[in-house]
Amino acid sequence: MARPTPAATPRMLHPVAWWVWGVGLATAAAHTTNPWLLLLVIAVAGWVVLERREVGALDSFRPFLIIGLFAIGLRVALTILLGNGVPGQVVLVELPQVRLPDWFAGLRLGGPVTLESVVAAGIDGLRLATTLACLGAANALASPRRLLRYAPATLYDIGTAIVVALTFAPALVDLAGRVRSARRLRGHSGTGVRELARLGVPVLEGALDRSLDLAASMESRGYGRTAVRGRRERIVGSALALSGACGSVAGLFGVMSASSGGWFGLPMLVSGLALLATSLVLGSRRDARTAYRRDPWRAPEWATCALGLLPAVLLVHAEADAWPGITISQVPLDWPPLPALPTLAILAAVLVAWVTPVPPRLARARATTLPARLETA
Amino acid sequence: MIELRGVGVTYAGASRPSLRDVDLRIEEGELVLIVGPTGSGKSTLLRTLNGLVPHFSGGTLTGSVVVGGRDTRAHRPRDLADLVGFVVQDPTSAFVTDTVEDEIAYGMETLGVEPTAMRRRLEETLDIMGLAELRDRSLRELSGGQQQRVSIAAVLAAGPRVLVLDEPTSALDPVAAEEVLSALHRLVHDLGYTVVLAEHRLERVVQHADRIVLVRDGVVSAPLDPAEAMALSPVHPPIVELGRRMGWSPLPLTIRDARRRAGSLRARLAALDGTPAASAPVKDAASRSLVSVNRLVVRRGTVEALSKVTLGVSAGSVTAVMGRNGAGKSTLLAAMAGQLAATSGEVSVAGSSPRRLAPHDRVRVVGLVPQDSNLLLYADSVAAECRAADRDFAAADGTTRALLARIAGEVDGDQHPRDLSEGQRLALALAIILAGRPQVVLLDEPTRGLDYPAKRRLVGILRDLAAEGHAVIVATHDVELVAEVAQRVIVLAEGEVVVDGPIHEVLTGSPAFAPQVAKILHPLPLLTVDDVSAALVPAS
Repeated sequence: MARPTPAATPRMLHPVAWWVWGVGLATAAAHTTNPWLLLLVIAVAGWVVLERREVGALDSFRPFLIIGLFAIGLRVALTILLGNGVPGQVVLVELPQVRLPDWFAGLRLGGPVTLESVVAAGIDGLRLATTLACLGAANALASPRRLLRYAPATLYDIGTAIVVALTFAPALVDLAGRVRSARRLRGHSGTGVRELARLGVPVLEGALDRSLDLAASMESRGYGRTAVRGRRERIVGSALALSGACGSVAGLFGVMSASSGGWFGLPMLVSGLALLATSLVLGSRRDARTAYRRDPWRAPEWATCALGLLPAVLLVHAEADAWPGITISQVPLDWPPLPALPTLAILAAVLVAWVTPVPPRLARARATTLPARLETA
Repeated sequence: MIELRGVGVTYAGASRPSLRDVDLRIEEGELVLIVGPTGSGKSTLLRTLNGLVPHFSGGTLTGSVVVGGRDTRAHRPRDLADLVGFVVQDPTSAFVTDTVEDEIAYGMETLGVEPTAMRRRLEETLDIMGLAELRDRSLRELSGGQQQRVSIAAVLAAGPRVLVLDEPTSALDPVAAEEVLSALHRLVHDLGYTVVLAEHRLERVVQHADRIVLVRDGVVSAPLDPAEAMALSPVHPPIVELGRRMGWSPLPLTIRDARRRAGSLRARLAALDGTPAASAPVKDAASRSLVSVNRLVVRRGTVEALSKVTLGVSAGSVTAVMGRNGAGKSTLLAAMAGQLAATSGEVSVAGSSPRRLAPHDRVRVVGLVPQDSNLLLYADSVAAECRAADRDFAAADGTTRALLARIAGEVDGDQHPRDLSEGQRLALALAIILAGRPQVVLLDEPTRGLDYPAKRRLVGILRDLAAEGHAVIVATHDVELVAEVAQRVIVLAEGEVVVDGPIHEVLTGSPAFAPQVAKILHPLPLLTVDDVSAALVPAS
């Protein structure tokens, strides 16, 4: 296949653009239960990660996919065990039902497992997995740490917390693995509930130590030194920023989740964003940090945002207007159709793999391996 | 540049002060080395210099610390960031960003350096620290030495006049350590920076120091002339030990000076017939083989951590595994201990594959003390830890405690394992592993953070273990330890065995791995000060 020439000279795309694109796709996925569209979203995200992930960047797409698969499995297993209230007709298998006391109203354990309920659970899980895949893709394309560089001064306290947390979680996983293998050095298998409980103390202690080291390092490198002027101003700014952030998150949740109804979502989102903007304006006045080679915001960034927001807007609209093929019927079970317009919108999102510049190291790696590839061809 | 007046530090909840009545003046443009046993207060002293003590650590500071005219009582570490750069021992724990360039720019960004000035300073810093080719690499991809250089560059770019480093080379192999130290040397000599560093591996740094400050039990000496300080210091490198025994004055601190002084010594030793090295018998070939590794390949992701390694180790011997950071030493040990699965090839310890044994059988065959000995410790007191180990290994009550007493002397049983010194903690971990009575004992980088007395103890223990018929394998960067204790050295590079031979052959011929005594007495095959003394005794 002839590789199309990249949009521009190699550079990193602005991380905000990647996250808008990723969250856009995730929003689109949250608004449909059509498995074809969901799988298409995963494919698009995966393709773009393959094409635009910088060499050496953390590959977070794969772990997010694995967590997603786990979510699907859990969802289906719980449905088989507990049922999910989908009144199915095709009974796959009849599990022995356990009679529960009356105060367990509405719950059941065991009983008939219907095809419809299993499919519904699977699709629900798939939707979650797709959302996760989109976030994983954004993570792989622009690490949250790069994104944080653009966090305004007002959010700096929260920024510290996030940087430390970003270090804490992987350190925790890494340490847990090492402590587990150290348990084996003392003749334990390192598996089982009691063993896991014994891991807790050394793992938490170790990860906390690391986080403290990082905080000490940030402190001795001048972190937060220019962002502080008046105490009152600082408190007002932080309060505005925090409530704005909470409002936006709640609003976003309202807009994204179909079940809670969109009525409170949009006003919440708008007012949250307004609060945030105020705090940012206040904060930027006292931000004395400078920026080293900030990524520019040019046409590819606009295009990336647009291509991510297009499927989001279209699918939110399509769900609200009940277009055919967006929310598929569970009972009776039907082979879902492939709605043309949403499909095109999602497919369009893959265009970012062409309109965005190639990251510099990836470009170099390709330049050196291309002749080798031609030789083997 | 730095002035401490009547400084005392007492941490919250501590019964006695960590530092007492410190009066210290450090002039501009000096490289000052802080020397002292573990737990003597070196780190605390370093951390007072940029205000981490007491602003970050808590505790009480009396007296005053003034750096470049700024008093740490009124200035927090962040307010001193443009004046004092602080580099910690483990660079990975201090990285805030993902790539080399971002990490170096980070400090300048927080200080609000103008973008054009920042651009210029970043390029200069990359050049000074020799990092230009690595600028867009991810920090995780770098080797230990490169990471340490990045963390120095990151504080350097912010434009401080003082650099404070806490054991910058402890985790590095000899070559990477030399890389870091020569960069520091350049900063002091070409650019007039003031550098204060603490380091246990004195054999690496002592020749770079302009002044030495001795610390003992919280009491700090004035900055002394290095040769004078070394004549007094309880912790000192082999070159100093040799000089003291030979009665050289002033003490030579560089290999070059020592070689010039050692001309007559070399002549005397060469005149003795039969080099002691040759006469020191390597255990007879009849001793049974305990470990055999055959064409072992271990792949981690796409990287081949070990490729086709073949070796055997016999009972009653101490073998050292050396090589660069990331050469595969830890992987080899982990594979021998059954912690890692082989991709292909096989490992057999005492006739069985450790991977196939259940964990509680495996510990009877092979015991591994991991690099971070904290990983082995869970209980909240030494006594409880020892009891737990007795249960874990189904040993008689008190076994671990007795082992610990033998290795480390009396240790307070009520102490929390985290409050032990590095040496005591290693001793505890080793005692726990030995409670299982494994036939093969593996130690991964045991001397990190150990001072010379603790190291000497370790040498004695390892020799005893070998004499009792254990096979001991030590992975380490510490050439002096290897010279003291090992009979055989295996050098790994990129997962392959490069050299495998008796210690005298391997160490004397290598520029990177030769211990100080071997360098001074080259071409005589003597490795340690004790070798020299032993060779001289029958002559006198």
